[in-house]
Amino acid sequence: MFVELNNLLNTTPDRAEQGKLTLLCDAKTDGSFLVHHFLSFYLKGMGRIDAGVNLTVARERGQLVFLEGLKSAVDVFFQTQEEPHPLQFLREANAGNLKPLFEFVREALKPVDGGEARWTYPVLLVDDLSVLLSLGVGAVAVLDFIHYCRATVCWELKGNMVILVHDSGDVEDEENDILLNGVSHQSHLILRAEGLATGFCRDVHGQLRILWRRPSQPTAQRDQSLTYQYKIQDKSVSFFAKGMSPAVL
Amino acid sequence: MLDSLLSLGGLVLLRDSVEWEGRSLLKALVKKSALWLVYHDFFRDPLNWSKTEEALPGGPLGALRAICKRTDPGPVTIALDSLSWLLLHLPCTTLCQALHAVSHQDSCPGDSSPVGKVSVLGLLHEELHGPGPVGALSSLAQTEVTLGGTKGQASAHILCRRPRQRPTDQTQWFSILPDFSLDLQEGPSVESQPCSDPHIPPVDPTTHLTFNLHLSKKEREARDSLILPFQFSSEKQQALLRPRPGQATSHIFYEPDAYDDLDQEDPDDDLDI
Repeated sequence: MFVELNNLLNTTPDRAEQGKLTLLCDAKTDGSFLVHHFLSFYLKGMGRIDAGVNLTVARERGQLVFLEGLKSAVDVFFQTQEEPHPLQFLREANAGNLKPLFEFVREALKPVDGGEARWTYPVLLVDDLSVLLSLGVGAVAVLDFIHYCRATVCWELKGNMVILVHDSGDVEDEENDILLNGVSHQSHLILRAEGLATGFCRDVHGQLRILWRRPSQPTAQRDQSLTYQYKIQDKSVSFFAKGMSPAVL
Repeated sequence: MLDSLLSLGGLVLLRDSVEWEGRSLLKALVKKSALWLVYHDFFRDPLNWSKTEEALPGGPLGALRAICKRTDPGPVTIALDSLSWLLLHLPCTTLCQALHAVSHQDSCPGDSSPVGKVSVLGLLHEELHGPGPVGALSSLAQTEVTLGGTKGQASAHILCRRPRQRPTDQTQWFSILPDFSLDLQEGPSVESQPCSDPHIPPVDPTTHLTFNLHLSKKEREARDSLILPFQFSSEKQQALLRPRPGQATSHIFYEPDAYDDLDQEDPDDDLDI
């Protein structure tokens, strides 16, 4: 979790808003550092994690449910299963919809009978959504899947969603454009990491654009959008205003 | 004009973008016009994945078509969130036909029971569709509201097409209050300048340098009083117009060396100028 990013977003793990969908988008750079940030942000917010964030421990406690897409995809082909497999669409010639995948998500989020609650509110993290497009699912089917997840996670269970979508920048990739814009319109917060237009730089790894999608208030106490440049270090990411990298000054 | 959009009837197209969202304006307009609200909830299960009995037959399009068959004489406003969802799941022609049928109910000839004015307010996410479908919906619409804005202040560009009249357009600045009331404004407010981020203090770039960029008071005064050499001031103009008295005419002292060829003849003598 990057404390500087929390400051920019004006949030902390213990007072994060609920029922929100955050879109992470990367263009000409790797946005996975944002996924790591939100994963540790929400695990920290669950409490009862004493020192740091340990994914293995979280998994054992049932706080983290992980669908390993790659392993699961192989299972579809080599194992016979009675009930529909989450990745059933891989076997179908015309992948109709992602209903089995949605059902898997809904089952995973159901409260476990007996015992204490695993979390105060659930968080669905998707890394990354563009993979479904390259597996042959149509953009509209993926948008429908996200819509159903949002209805269940954000609206019904008052949880949050964080989705990573790659922006290939390819003008001819209409499906990805529809997917990216469709999820953007369903989001409350969009974080877009872009590589610098001028190329690679040792001290500035990219630019982060933060856009809050909310009604325009009469007295704008907070900005609607912010742009910062960043540098990824060993265990943290530092953010600074454009052109204000300490290495440049 | 923004608050009286729905009184004109017909299809009102609300075009928004990722940057400027239109859902809150849709809710504000619904709140303003609605005396009695009927809510069809297709949010939770639009495609009937849960296969429950209570799902309306035909899905959202079926519900839209069912409104065509109403016999209520009062005016009605139908708000669709969103037309984009319908356009992604249905053929464009089907949607356009349904919208045309709904929004032109009041002008059906030969109808025994007169039906009140129908307004259809549809939210359309521009980036999701190509120019064809957007153009088709635009041509069906009596009114188009395109959302935009600047410096955190939202605006609505309203284009109104009335039959046999010139289209009118105007831009209205607005904001939405927390209770979804519409607050109309004159223009982008002065306070909505991008305020400096309270979390990152403004950095003075001249603090950690190895060279000095600051000026002392004396240096600053000297710099301010300096006249640039090529600046044409009135003093310079006067000096050029009136040469100073006592100024000697200039002489040229030339010492020819051994290789100089001093030809007294003027080379341009043969020119008749």
